[in-house]
This record gives sequence, C-alpha cells and structure tokens, in this order.
Amino acid sequence: MKPLEDGVLDGNAIGGRLIELFGTEMTAAVGACGVCGNASHVAEMAVYLTELGTVVRCRVCDNVLMVFVEVRGITCVDLQGLASLS
Amino acid sequence: MSPVSRGFHRRHQEAEPAGRVPPGQYVTRDFPVLSAGPTPHTALANWTFSIEGGSSPASWTWQEFQALPSETVTVDIHCVTRWSKLDTRWKGVSLDVLLDAVSYDAPYVLAFCDGGYTTNLPVADLKGGQAWVAYSYDGKPLPAEHGGPARLLVPHLYFWKSAKWVRGLRLRQVDAPGFWEMYGYHMYGDPWREQRYAGD
Amino acid sequence: MAGTAVRGRLTWQTATVDSVVDETPTVRTLVLGLPDWAGHQAGQHLDIRLTGDDGYQAERSYSIAAAPGEPVAITVERLDDGEVSPYLTQDVQRGDEFEVRGPIGGYFVWDPARPDGTVPLLLLAGGSGVVPLRSILRDRARVGSSVPTRLLYSARNWDEVIYRSEFASPEAGVEVIYTLTRQQPADWTGYARRVDQAMITEVAWPVAQAPVAYVCGPTNFVEAVAADLVALGYPPQRVKTERFGATGTP
Repeated sequence: MKPLEDGVLDGNAIGGRLIELFGTEMTAAVGACGVCGNASHVAEMAVYLTELGTVVRCRVCDNVLMVFVEVRGITCVDLQGLASLS
Repeated sequence: MSPVSRGFHRRHQEAEPAGRVPPGQYVTRDFPVLSAGPTPHTALANWTFSIEGGSSPASWTWQEFQALPSETVTVDIHCVTRWSKLDTRWKGVSLDVLLDAVSYDAPYVLAFCDGGYTTNLPVADLKGGQAWVAYSYDGKPLPAEHGGPARLLVPHLYFWKSAKWVRGLRLRQVDAPGFWEMYGYHMYGDPWREQRYAGD
Repeated sequence: MAGTAVRGRLTWQTATVDSVVDETPTVRTLVLGLPDWAGHQAGQHLDIRLTGDDGYQAERSYSIAAAPGEPVAITVERLDDGEVSPYLTQDVQRGDEFEVRGPIGGYFVWDPARPDGTVPLLLLAGGSGVVPLRSILRDRARVGSSVPTRLLYSARNWDEVIYRSEFASPEAGVEVIYTLTRQQPADWTGYARRVDQAMITEVAWPVAQAPVAYVCGPTNFVEAVAADLVALGYPPQRVKTERFGATGTP
C-alpha cells in the first residue's frame, strides 16, 4: 500500500457529511472495494478534497468508492464503487 | 437562519479587469492544486498520446510529440469554483495539428488520462486554435501536480475540461459525460454563460 | 424545542465564544458555550460553520481539545493563506457566534470503559495533531485511569509546542517525549529530528503488552509513523490514524 500524498486526507474528514447522509456515525463502518475487495474502516479510506467535489478511494487499488458533489447547495453522493458498507 | 459570525468575510478578492473575467469569477494569483486522485508518474519512455476512433488509430511517443510543431500561448483560465487566473503561459501542441493527422467523422471526444480521469468535449471546441496538449507552464516543464508531463488546455471552457495527465482522445458519435460531468457538472462548461452544473 | 436531537442526527447549534487562550503565536484555543451540547468522547471532532453578513458560508472541522464533561474547546492553528483560521485565531472575540455540529467520529476515539481503554496507550502527534490526543490525556486524568501512557510529540521548535505548561506536569503514569525537528533550545537534550523507525522503537510500548496507538497530524507524518509501528509489529488494527491537511508539517 503506497503512502498517501501530503494533503490527502482520510475518512475522518467526511464524518459529518456521512452522518448527514446515513443518519448515524459511519467512520468506524467497514467498506469493501468493489474492484479489489479490500475491506477497511471508512476512517482509513483515502479522501481527496477537491474544489469540484470529494472523491473517496480504495487505499489498495485507488478505485473510486464514493463521490460527493454539491450542486446548487444540494449534496449529491455516489457510492457505486463500494461492494458493501456495514 | 444561521447567526452571522461578526467580522467574517470571504477571502480578499482582487479587482476584476473589466471584460476579461466571466460572470461570478474573481481573479487570483494562486494556482491551486487539488487532485481527485494520486498523482500519476508516467515515465516519458512509456508515455504516448493517442487519438482513437478515427479511420486508423494515431499515436505519438514523447519523442515524436516533442518533434511536432508547438506554440507558446498566453491565456486566461477560469475554474468553475470561481477563481480566474490571467495571463498564464503555456507551450504545447495545438489540437489542430493532432486532429489533422487523423481521418475521422465524429463530433465529440472523450479525453482520457493517467489515473482514470475523463472529460468530454465537442471536436469543434478543440479546433481553430482553441486547444492544446501542453507540456510546459510558465517556461518550465509542466510539473506532475499540475498535470505533467502533459495536460489538455482548453481555456475557453471551465478549467475542469483541461484534463491533467491526458493520454489521448476517443472520438465518438455521442457526447457522453466524463468524470465530473457524470456527477452533475455541465456537459459543455462555457464560463461566459456560467454553465457550471447540468441544467445551467 | 431548540436543541432537541433526534438520536444519531446532527443539527447545527449556535456556539458562543466564551474565552480564548493564545497557546502559541499562531495557535489559539477557543472555549465555546454550547448549551445544547450532547457530550462527546475523547478524540472526536466537530464541524463549524461561519456565516458572513452577505450570507457567504465556510465550513471546517476541528478536533475537540477538551475532555468529556469539560466545556467544549477547539484549538486552531493559523494558516497564513487560510480563509477561516485567520478569523478564528485573530479576529474572534468573546461573545462572537458561529455554528457547530457534533460530536463526530466513531473510529478515532479513546474510551476508558472499553477494552482498548485499559491497555498501554501510545499517542503520536505531528504538529497540531496533538489536539485530539490532548483530549485523550485529559479524559485519562478525568477518570483516574492508570494505563501506562506515552505521548511522542513532534514539533518544529519549542515555540510551536501547544499545551506546554500542561504537559510540563503530566499525570502519574504519563510520559511526554518531544522531538523538535528544526530548531532546539541551546540546552536541549531531547530528540532533534523527524520521527523515524529508531525513535519509534525506543518510545513505543512493546508489542507483547498489546498496546493501542493513536497517530494524528499531517498526512506525511501519519503515513510514516503508522508504517513504522506496523513494521515494529503493531497489528494495523491497533494503530488508529487521523490525517490533517498539509499544514504545520513538523
């Protein structure tokens, strides 16, 4: 697993957004990557905060697990990269 | 109603030179680098730029690419997140040169990149001196964090269309959304009409 | 009606700045009045939201510097080109308001009542990453825990060390070990380099004691330290990590 670059964060940084979305604390939840199967706590996923949106990636294969985009004040989220989240 | 935080305001914005800056933008001297994924580091020996979907595929190695006619251009760039940067200087190969090397009959492209990023554009917006594959910024080789070794440069559209780490174009009959377009950003992205999101 | 919290949901609450403490020339602690605060655990964070009089809003996350039961406090480091931190560290006064939601975080949490709260505790801080670890230390003191605890705190120089006077007299069973990576006082006898495998080997609790480690700071710091701990034999699930933005790199 290669190290994350400086400035890249982890799932702790999206904790508030996930509570908004799921109604409950999610950083300790375990997610499995839909491409390589790697399972990790949300808090340990790689989080790329960009100006256009937030992209969450698998630490092992860089597959996109989640994407958050704010469009005209409404947060849209895509979780298709996850095989499971529990 | 949120309470006002006394004395809080958005960061200082520089004055806009009249007419040069699209609506809703402010001018910055910064050049933010916030990537959606890890920085690719493709060795030049392995780098190619390809155009797929024409009558026959076209591809250039780094050496071949460097031998193509190049231009140095000074352009303004506009990010959908409201910053504009004026008089940025780039050197690269015009898409006119690259597309002229291919026989094709398609109105759209999907630009594809190391790291998996994609963005869609009309071919018409890549021709006529409007677009380059740029490998030098501000007189120096384009750094990896800004999209080096080469990125797409399409300054008349919002800067997310100027795809970093570009490796080629796929010519297509239909305009299919690339990465950010799939998540709600505008398919075309004209800053002068403030086309930030789908439906604008 | 105000502050009625549906279980598990977060609402924005209005926080009032009760007092400020300048910890270093660039770091300030803000103690907040939050009448509807539901409580928190050591290691958790909160989100704040500032609103300008033109309606412009900015949101940021900050670790909670206080232990459970203490008045909620955050410690903010000023980033010169920041939008929010200069406001919080320089402009804010007692009585000012902004919005807070929290607590947030179920992973980077120390709970003295659970099994992980009863084993030797290793805390590793890079710069402002010390903030949530200070909350853990204060919680350990609050409950009268006696778990052997070490804090390895990496800072660029002595002037940038936060909570200095507090750490000068730690509780029984707590050791605070500094490494000053760029400049050291003339009489310094402590570590004077970036955290590396050798330093970790000297400071970390032996793996056989089944310790738990909390690492917090800039991403470069966390990546290197977590890898060093795993190389030493710490099971990855016993190394909890929280990465801050690329600022204040030790």
